Amino acid sequence: MGLSLSALAERKTLWPWLLLLPLTIYLALFFLVPLIEVGIMSVTEPRPGLGNYEKVLTGSLYRKVFINTFGTALLVTFCCLLVGYPLAYLMSTVSKRAAMGILLLITMSFWTSFLVRTYAWMVLLGNNGPVIWLMTQLGIAEPPPLLFTRFSSTLAMVHILAPYMIMNIYTVMQKIDPSLIRSAESMGAYGKSLFRHVYLPLTAPGIANGSVLVFVICLGFYVTPVLLGSPREQMAAGLIGNQIEQFLAFGLGSAMSIILLVVTLVILGIYHRRFGLDKLYG
Amino acid sequence: MSAYLRLAGVNKTFGSFTALGHIDLEVEKGEFVTFLGPSGSGKTTTLMVIAGFEQATKGEITVADQSLAHLAPQERNIGIVFQNYALFPHKTAAENVYFPLQMRKVGKKEGMKKAEEMLELVGLAGFAHRLPKELSGGQQQRVALARALVFEPDLLLLDEPLGALDKNLREQMQIEIKRIQKRLGVTTIFVTHDQTEAMSMSDRIVVFSNGAIEQAAAPLDIYHRPATRFVADFIGESNLLEATITDAASGKAQSPVLGEVTCGAEGMPPLTDGQAVTLLIRPEHLKLSREPKEGRQNAQMVIETIVNYGDNAVVIGHAGDQQIRVRVPGADVVILKEGDSCHFSWTADAVFVLDK
Repeated sequence: MGLSLSALAERKTLWPWLLLLPLTIYLALFFLVPLIEVGIMSVTEPRPGLGNYEKVLTGSLYRKVFINTFGTALLVTFCCLLVGYPLAYLMSTVSKRAAMGILLLITMSFWTSFLVRTYAWMVLLGNNGPVIWLMTQLGIAEPPPLLFTRFSSTLAMVHILAPYMIMNIYTVMQKIDPSLIRSAESMGAYGKSLFRHVYLPLTAPGIANGSVLVFVICLGFYVTPVLLGSPREQMAAGLIGNQIEQFLAFGLGSAMSIILLVVTLVILGIYHRRFGLDKLYG
Repeated sequence: MSAYLRLAGVNKTFGSFTALGHIDLEVEKGEFVTFLGPSGSGKTTTLMVIAGFEQATKGEITVADQSLAHLAPQERNIGIVFQNYALFPHKTAAENVYFPLQMRKVGKKEGMKKAEEMLELVGLAGFAHRLPKELSGGQQQRVALARALVFEPDLLLLDEPLGALDKNLREQMQIEIKRIQKRLGVTTIFVTHDQTEAMSMSDRIVVFSNGAIEQAAAPLDIYHRPATRFVADFIGESNLLEATITDAASGKAQSPVLGEVTCGAEGMPPLTDGQAVTLLIRPEHLKLSREPKEGRQNAQMVIETIVNYGDNAVVIGHAGDQQIRVRVPGADVVILKEGDSCHFSWTADAVFVLDK
């Protein structure tokens, strides 16, 4: 008989920890060290001090970008919820097989590369694309520009992030005890009040999980808003990229990165105190 | 008419599977009726049909002569306690109990006051503001009961509500439920597969088997005068022996194991000569002795196992191919040994005759 993992743990040998070593070294070398370096750069480049932070926190351009980033992240989260909740509900009510079918469709888009999906939206929404063509066919003489607007970047981000929302909500919906619904019905609860007083509160943890995940990912989103969004409505990650690639302003870019990181951690921290972070992944 | 709840020819099929054959049942107002049967016997399905969560394929259900046929579960005014209590985890005990009142548009102030009174009645004063997860299993059970009763339902349905509780708590809750039910006088249907629960709580027991009612009668009638072999076997411990009636007039029967037996229990079905029957003798009506006892009918058996319960014991033995169970007082068991041969005896009024 082989030894079980728990038996190994009881023996207090070192070697289970050895298994973790490669990952630990990898993360330290390629994640922690560069992160510390970013932190150092933010207070040393181009000269020592908190000048970079002062600039970011007081400059109107930077403030506008941060506000825009949060606004977009909120909008995307809200749209994901609007699209995801009914779909997750549908999945939880149909047969197991049908639910798997829907899940497959959702994850299929999930498996497609990020970049491919982003370019696909460029083709679809471009001036020579099918959407504009349809609009002219319908008699709209001067169709509004779709690509490189807040609309196109939001749409694409919702498309990319909705699966996170759907899967989080679906997991919670699936676990709802049907006798809770039956018992509510036996006590006289109909559709709307049943939803408001019972179903919605029961699914709230799924909504919270999905929203935090989507919001946090959205805060740091780079490729999609850069490629599809309006240059006048930049998001934080895009601006950081600009600072570093175009202006070689490593210090300023680093300070912005650290601020974004701190804000994200604060949001996760608030979530953790309220719900527990471990729930996000299981 | 006096029947309050009436099921007439209720039939339920799922595809080709018949869950309920043809259920006829009448329940008086204020009566405590238990549906008893093994799992899959149709007792829970019947309950769900009454509640409106399942539609009867055929037949009619009426409460106070009003048909329930076209009423949704929401409109039936029936209180239900589910097996797992089904309390809303995000609501406090009082909010849970207030919920059915809230759905009936009772104002928050008045409703919460009523909810707290109800919680007091079930013995949970002071727990109103706890969430379900902060309550023990027994306390959750009480909240569920309060919630099912607070809106003065026409019927109270309890679906194996004590299944998850440990033995002591179970007995305590049996007494509690009975007390509250009596006090409010609500017509109650209680589903269980536990016969001692059914015996101790019910005005009447309905025994289910294979989607049909085997017998509906008072607990002691069910025990002493079972209508079918299934009921005799399912309720309590029993010795069931094949026999043929030799003289119907004097209640004489011939059994391969017991020899000639005089049957004289109360309430037996009418007998005819030559009829093949089953004899029922409860283990507590048999006595063990070294020598045949005078004034009683005797037969011999070999002791195989003795199961001790402290205050009493069950002696299991064989008479020919037939297993015989005898319940003896705990003190008597010390003189008995496995492998001993002994006599067991009974009187005529302990022998009940079943049709088949």
